Amino acid sequence: MFDKYLIVAGSAHDVVEDGAVVGFAFSVRIGYYRGLGISMVEPFDVVVDGEATDPATHRFTVSGRTFDYAGMATRPDVVWEMRDDAVITVLRPGGLGPGEHELELTEHLRVSYLPFVAAHHDRKTIRIDPAA
Amino acid sequence: MTHDIKTGASLYSFQEEYFLRKLSLEEIIATSARIGARGIETLAEQMMPGFPDLPDEFYAEWHRWMAKYGTTPTAHDMFLDTKRYPDRLLTDEEMIASVQRDIRHAERLGARVIRVIVNTPPHIIEATADYARDRGVILAVEVHAPWSFEDPWIQAHLAVADRKGLDAVGIIPDMGIFTRRLPRVVWQRALRDGATPRFVEQIVDAYDAKKSTAHLFDSIEMLGGNRADLGLAWQAEHTIDLDPHQLVDFAKYIVHIHGKFYEMTDDGVEYSIPYDEIVAALKEAGYRGYISSEYEGNRHIQDAFEVDSVEQVRRQQEMLRRYIDGE
Repeated sequence: MFDKYLIVAGSAHDVVEDGAVVGFAFSVRIGYYRGLGISMVEPFDVVVDGEATDPATHRFTVSGRTFDYAGMATRPDVVWEMRDDAVITVLRPGGLGPGEHELELTEHLRVSYLPFVAAHHDRKTIRIDPAA
Repeated sequence: MTHDIKTGASLYSFQEEYFLRKLSLEEIIATSARIGARGIETLAEQMMPGFPDLPDEFYAEWHRWMAKYGTTPTAHDMFLDTKRYPDRLLTDEEMIASVQRDIRHAERLGARVIRVIVNTPPHIIEATADYARDRGVILAVEVHAPWSFEDPWIQAHLAVADRKGLDAVGIIPDMGIFTRRLPRVVWQRALRDGATPRFVEQIVDAYDAKKSTAHLFDSIEMLGGNRADLGLAWQAEHTIDLDPHQLVDFAKYIVHIHGKFYEMTDDGVEYSIPYDEIVAALKEAGYRGYISSEYEGNRHIQDAFEVDSVEQVRRQQEMLRRYIDGE
């Protein structure tokens, strides 16, 4: 559901910290008709230019708070609301670098009334501008 | 038998416009009232961010909206996140606390009914029924495809209603259990997703002609069906076509109706669900309550078309009134 909206168009950028590019980030919508506590959001599949990224390098930011997957697992009280833009950051020295890239995202949402973990998929061509 | 059938809408129907930030909660309530759906059913976890910790001011505003738009709160749709944690299921105590939280929310909204999600165990309803009754709220499990009235799981819920009383426990049939034809929007989407036309034809024919759909998934898989073919076969296996007259048989338990629909055509009828027969059965049963529009077509067309939930609900409301007011 809402698959074509999962990766927020125009949101991808390299992340600069202390003058160095430490990774890239993009905004993401929930592929579901209601919000979920982030303990029910399982690790994302983030594939860039055909290459899977390591979940250990992912950070998830919602309502201004940032978590790794272990941190998310214990926080049913932090809700990714249906209308929220959350942010996925992938730590990767040098980031993606300027230009076009193919970004694929799969969300895995643990919805209790379904006998399986729901998967939602989006794929977009993104453009990274030179880091400021 | 005399009946008192009213119409309303589940705001679930407008999820596309809400998700895309085209309409706010207040605008959706106003829109629903404008198109004749004055009974308002809500999903707190959808359009009330901050739930379960909503401030007093939210509830005060909610009641101002109800007065301003001439609307009535009908039902709160609850969820039970039994898989809240990755490594264990909720305990009974946690499930009871979750349901009680929803009961308090429904009471504050002024909604008489809670739509109990179908994965809620009957013994949890038994344990929370008195708490609900004390607050003027009825716990009503949704009878939703592929479950039918005769399913042992639903029968166990009906037994709880018998023991605890119909002033505290009931059911909400979802009209998707009366799907006579496979929704056109569903198989057309499968084709756009790459389904094989001859498999689609076989699946639709098997469903519509009431041939066995029990092993469709396995059959299509063995015949070499692709992912989209298998998705459609799974859908057909999980769609059911009960006799609308069952609404008469189970009338005493019914406290609310989910007017599930997939596609209101330009001719003002639902493509796949026989609402004329449904409304006739509810009249025969002397039903007193709401039919709550529940549009679920958006997910099947949003890949290729602009979704207009408001027009879809408007058409369904018009159709329902035609059948309610007619012979």
